[in-house]
Amino acid sequence: MVMSELIGLIPLAPLLGFLFIGFVNKDLTKGWVATIACGAVLASFAMSVALFFNLLNSPAGTSLTFTAFDWISTGNFSVAFSFLVDPLSSIMMLIITGVGFLIHVYSVGYMYHDDGFRRFFMYLNLFIFFMLLLVMGSNYLLMFVGWEGVGLCSYLLIGFWFKNQDYNDAAKKAFIMNRIGDLGLILGVILIFVHFGSINYADVFSKAVDYPVGSEIITWITILLFVGAIGKSAQIPLYTWLPDAMAGPTPVSALIHAATMVTAGVYMIARNNILYTLSPLALEIVVVIGLATALFAATIAIAQNDIKKVLAYSTVSQLGLMFAALGVGAFTTGIFHMATHAFFKALLFLGAGSVIHAMSNEQDIRQMGGLRKYLPITFATFLIGTLAIAGIPPFAGFFSKDEILANAFGHSQIVWGVAALASILTAFYMFRLFFLTFSGTSRASEEVKHHIHESPKSMTIPLIVLAVLSAVGGFMGVPEVLGGGHALNQFLAPVFETSQKIAGEHHHLDHSTEFILMGVIVGVTFIMIFIAYTLYVRSKRIPTPEGVALNGAHKLVYHKYYIDEVYHTIVVKPLYFISKVFDTVVEKLFIDGIVNGTGRLVTWGSKTLRLVQTGNTGFYIFAMVISIIILLVTKSLI
Amino acid sequence: MLTTLLIFWPLFGALILLALDSRMAKPWALAVSLIEFAFFLFTVFSFQPDASTQFVTNVPWIQSLGINYYVGIDGISMLMVLLTTLLTPLIILSSFKNNYENPVSFYGLILTMEMALVGVFVALDGFLFYIFWELALIPIYFICLRWGGVNRGAVTLKFFIYTLAGSLVMLVGLLYLYYQTPGQHSFAVEALYAAGQQLPSSTQGLIFWALFLAFAIKMPIFPFHTWQPDTYHTAPTQGTMLLSGIMLKMGIFGVIRWLLPVVPLGVKEWASTAIVLSVIGIVYASCLAIAQRDLKRLIAYSSIAHVGLIAAGLFTLNRIGMQGAMIQMVSHGVVIVGLFYIIDIVFSRTSTQEIASLGGIRNSAPLFTTVFVVVMLGSVALPLTSGFVGEFLLINSIFQFNGWIGAIAGLTMILGAVYMLRSFQQTMLGEANARTQNFIDIGLNEKIVLYPIVALIILIGVYPAPLLKISEAAVENLHTIITNYQALNQ
Repeated sequence: MVMSELIGLIPLAPLLGFLFIGFVNKDLTKGWVATIACGAVLASFAMSVALFFNLLNSPAGTSLTFTAFDWISTGNFSVAFSFLVDPLSSIMMLIITGVGFLIHVYSVGYMYHDDGFRRFFMYLNLFIFFMLLLVMGSNYLLMFVGWEGVGLCSYLLIGFWFKNQDYNDAAKKAFIMNRIGDLGLILGVILIFVHFGSINYADVFSKAVDYPVGSEIITWITILLFVGAIGKSAQIPLYTWLPDAMAGPTPVSALIHAATMVTAGVYMIARNNILYTLSPLALEIVVVIGLATALFAATIAIAQNDIKKVLAYSTVSQLGLMFAALGVGAFTTGIFHMATHAFFKALLFLGAGSVIHAMSNEQDIRQMGGLRKYLPITFATFLIGTLAIAGIPPFAGFFSKDEILANAFGHSQIVWGVAALASILTAFYMFRLFFLTFSGTSRASEEVKHHIHESPKSMTIPLIVLAVLSAVGGFMGVPEVLGGGHALNQFLAPVFETSQKIAGEHHHLDHSTEFILMGVIVGVTFIMIFIAYTLYVRSKRIPTPEGVALNGAHKLVYHKYYIDEVYHTIVVKPLYFISKVFDTVVEKLFIDGIVNGTGRLVTWGSKTLRLVQTGNTGFYIFAMVISIIILLVTKSLI
Repeated sequence: MLTTLLIFWPLFGALILLALDSRMAKPWALAVSLIEFAFFLFTVFSFQPDASTQFVTNVPWIQSLGINYYVGIDGISMLMVLLTTLLTPLIILSSFKNNYENPVSFYGLILTMEMALVGVFVALDGFLFYIFWELALIPIYFICLRWGGVNRGAVTLKFFIYTLAGSLVMLVGLLYLYYQTPGQHSFAVEALYAAGQQLPSSTQGLIFWALFLAFAIKMPIFPFHTWQPDTYHTAPTQGTMLLSGIMLKMGIFGVIRWLLPVVPLGVKEWASTAIVLSVIGIVYASCLAIAQRDLKRLIAYSSIAHVGLIAAGLFTLNRIGMQGAMIQMVSHGVVIVGLFYIIDIVFSRTSTQEIASLGGIRNSAPLFTTVFVVVMLGSVALPLTSGFVGEFLLINSIFQFNGWIGAIAGLTMILGAVYMLRSFQQTMLGEANARTQNFIDIGLNEKIVLYPIVALIILIGVYPAPLLKISEAAVENLHTIITNYQALNQ
């Protein structure tokens, strides 16, 4: 079938782009590098769109597969390089290649004057390749290939400006923290192999339905897989790498650390919805971790002054909300919010990039202000992004966030309360960021002010496209209560059909409750925006400058609850300490001491024995006779 | 005939070398090793990937003692011969910019070493195996002693005595088995298997330790490893490559051919001990690698960790683990030779291999950086590099043996990233200093060694099927022998 053949080409295009830019021709002009890199992703996007429409017009439950070759096969273990395109992977592919393409285009302008232009696009194309493997693989191991591959690209891109050792530290931290999660993930995959005898999704899911709900083994599997998600999607306790990852160029933050890679955990759980549905305990853990992260990160975001750090904590928080949605069994909702978040968070990061670009690399919002008149396009698009993430109707974030809250309420009112709190805090810190950046008068130095300029077209056009998506993206999931049909729900339904059966009918809220909840949240959101407006526009309040002592809670939040310091004390330092002790005491004194001691003992023994060699024949004969006697005696005794 | 040619061609080359002018030593040694590799290629293409032993030669040698010149190649041996004949030319090439004094002896010894290594991997007579095993020690001893670094006398002596002590215990074990063979005693592998397998469980346990000790020291497995870091550190780069790339696989191969099927009940009794020691070694050596300040020592300890994983997987007696061990031996050999060569390049340009004194090399050497990254990724077993295939299969088998031990073994994924990324960062990234600011990127000579290594790391990682297929049937067969026997003798 023609469509199936297409599947293999989708990840191949960016891989070829990577190889060509990186290794075939190193003397390409910037124009050619940009054309090839963007073209490769655009090609993937076009093919993804074709596949999407193919699926859309096929009967429900259709999925396409394509096997490239046998990868690892030995004994009873066998896994192929094979791809699966179903509604879930199709949505992921559209986001990855679509948003990915826009960010590629944006990067052409953003990175144009950087010496590492070619290297940057190499990594970016490689990232798209691995990200596509992650979502297109038809088995766990191929997902793992993508999973670790995107981790590698993230490492390379966080440390892109490699002369700065702080950036390199951030890159290393990201890789290692991800690896902690990856270990959990791979152990989960092995456990799946041990119990299901296969690691192909199709085999596993068809066998899983025979397991009872609450099966212990499924619980272990799902928890181990979730450890992987915690690492990759920056959830408590493995989230601290993501804010540091902002060391990378801003388009990277938009693509990898907001729109795509960090949502891999969300995809993974949605993919394994059947297994998770079979383990209520695992789902409960997902809810708790997700909610805790959502709230915790939102509080930190309130006190940050680095434009990218605020967005980073916001990402952590939003990811937490997605997990909360998955945890209450609303898998489509998790994916829905992931999609809208990809639009508005990519938009916000790229907008931030445009600001940073204009401000001569300044990232501190205390030094900004009044950018509205200098950067009209960035301002307008950033506003749309902010409205979307704050959940103001009819922008994209409103629909998906409302759906999360409605589902949370159906699950438990506490879950709803925490999620609602996290989401109204979002409105506050995002508008704080927005007002401090764009309104009032500029606080920049004359020097910087002199250079402020709107970004080139290659940067503003992606902003505009993303702004449109952030504005209307929510209409793919208009709820019934607002008279919609929820197209996304219908499209994804086959993927979650089995879980729906296992979980039983979802208790739907009645329309009046749903309306009230919606009204309350939107109302409180407006209040939060008003507070932010009063504080930062009317009273012209500026966050405390560096060096001024903060008090109590503010200090705690500003220093991110000192989690990094805690980790340093309880993990990093002990590891180095143990290593030192192993090196100096255990290895050199103890083990080697025994070895050398044995050596000395032998030397001493042979010296002593040498004394026996007296040269006296009489002594030898005597010794011989004695030996023979001993030999005979022992022989007769046995 | 082909097997004999594979064994003795390098020795023949070494003998010719003695007659040559010292300027001819390098090219001649390279030519000999490349021809050897060509012989290997011919062999592997004539090989049927089934469980049988092929290209067998079996002629009496010391007839009165039942010792035969009995050699042959099965899938397991084939991968080992592949590793030896592939790495030797690369190791010789890696020395091309060095001007070692007395090159005739240096290259002669390397070729002699190759002969002994191939011999170890294809010998099917216990005595012959022992001869080659000891023979392999002699050239490397002289290489380390004559061309080594500071304190080489003491370090090399310790290495020599330590491994020799292990070998002697092994000899005792082999002799004991030999005397258990019926009638006119024999050292033939089948006879020794039969002799070992009919022993009572307790005696098998003793034989297990006699043989295991020798292999454990060679690999080395914790806590028999303390000769290794010093030796790797002191030996000249080519010596370190021979030791780590090929010679340590003698120990793992020894376990596969001369331990597991010989005393299956002894293995059954002691396998968990071996696994626990190996897994302790993984974590312990990884921590030590973190503490190192010298690149060469750091990689030496990382090797103990990686070999620990291989040994642990092997002793699970799980087919997946055994196959994982096979492919990981090849991968480890390629990766570690690459790493030691990278360190050699750093040292030759900056006169230091102290991590703290380096930094910023990437600024002036992008190609070198790319190579380093790929080899590092192979070492930390990123998917689609050679290291991943084996590591996944091995952790899989250990996890099946025991979930918690598997999880601890899996820590290598995290700790490996800690020490490798740290050494990469400190060496290559950041601002250049006085030592590194004029670092010259790799030249043709170095590319010839490094590019094939990089290509192999990726090729094996993306398409490991051909390698897995070579050893599959032989491993399967071995696994069946052991499990059937163990099932019969509960």
